[in-house]
Amino acid sequence: MKIAVLQFGGSNCDYDVQYVLTEVVGVDADLVWYKDELEGYDGVVVPGGFSYGDYLRAGAIAARAPIMNSVRKMADKGLPVVGICNGFQILVESGLLPGALMTNRYPKFRCDRVNLRVDNNTSPFTNSFKKGQIIRIPIAHMEGNYFAKEHTISELNSQDRVAFRYVDEQGNATSEVNPNGSIENIAGILNGQGNILGMMPHPERASENILGSKDGKKIFDSMVEYISSF
Amino acid sequence: MQYHAEVTIGLKSGMLDPEATTIKKALEHLGFPTDSLEMQKRFVLELDAPSRDVAESLVDEMCRRLLANPVIHNFDIEIEESG
Repeated sequence: MKIAVLQFGGSNCDYDVQYVLTEVVGVDADLVWYKDELEGYDGVVVPGGFSYGDYLRAGAIAARAPIMNSVRKMADKGLPVVGICNGFQILVESGLLPGALMTNRYPKFRCDRVNLRVDNNTSPFTNSFKKGQIIRIPIAHMEGNYFAKEHTISELNSQDRVAFRYVDEQGNATSEVNPNGSIENIAGILNGQGNILGMMPHPERASENILGSKDGKKIFDSMVEYISSF
Repeated sequence: MQYHAEVTIGLKSGMLDPEATTIKKALEHLGFPTDSLEMQKRFVLELDAPSRDVAESLVDEMCRRLLANPVIHNFDIEIEESG
């Protein structure tokens, strides 16, 4: 089994994700430059960063790179794809996930530890959590304000495709704990088939005790388990 | 034929733009209250095309595929012959 961690000009969480996959989770993971072939992989992580300096819109340029067609083909086969932070922005810009990520409502870069509520615990990324479980994973972004049309939001809700929401310690999705203005405190969503996850929080930064939380590691563990049973 | 195109892209009406809101407030502090303020992006380009219709449809496609995000943006295209 081998997982690809994509690299665009300006990716900067690529090495962290590769480290967590190889050294913490214990699975083969290659860094794959956007001009290289994406072949022979069983899963893809689109890591965070500032691809192409966030020019035009965050993720817009990377989303149009030809390697994203290969990501789409892998996803069509049911292989798991996860986009983290700028990777989430790239996935929405490429149309692999619905909606858009806009500038934070209070227009400032937010770097913080946040509480997330696991709303979907049946996806290949979230099935080791309990439904409603509160996990702690850090965020670091300026454009994390999730927006989608009303019918998209109701579709996400009715199809159980909201993976995570920003919540308080009791698990309430209040506006006070919404770090960026996302509609309904949405922090992460799934595609219709459930094999593509996009999330603004950084699970790779919450994968070892020394970092204060191991909740993020479970997302990678589940992904690996899903690939094993694929 | 050479065409000059100007593309203006802005957020769809009713969408919050925190940057524009902040600028509007800063103008108020300077003594310039405004009823509304929107920020737009403008792209100015020259391109070759066999006809004005083709030029317009090419620029329209550019907007749909890259320059604008149809989820959140409206765009407007102006085209004229240039030389």
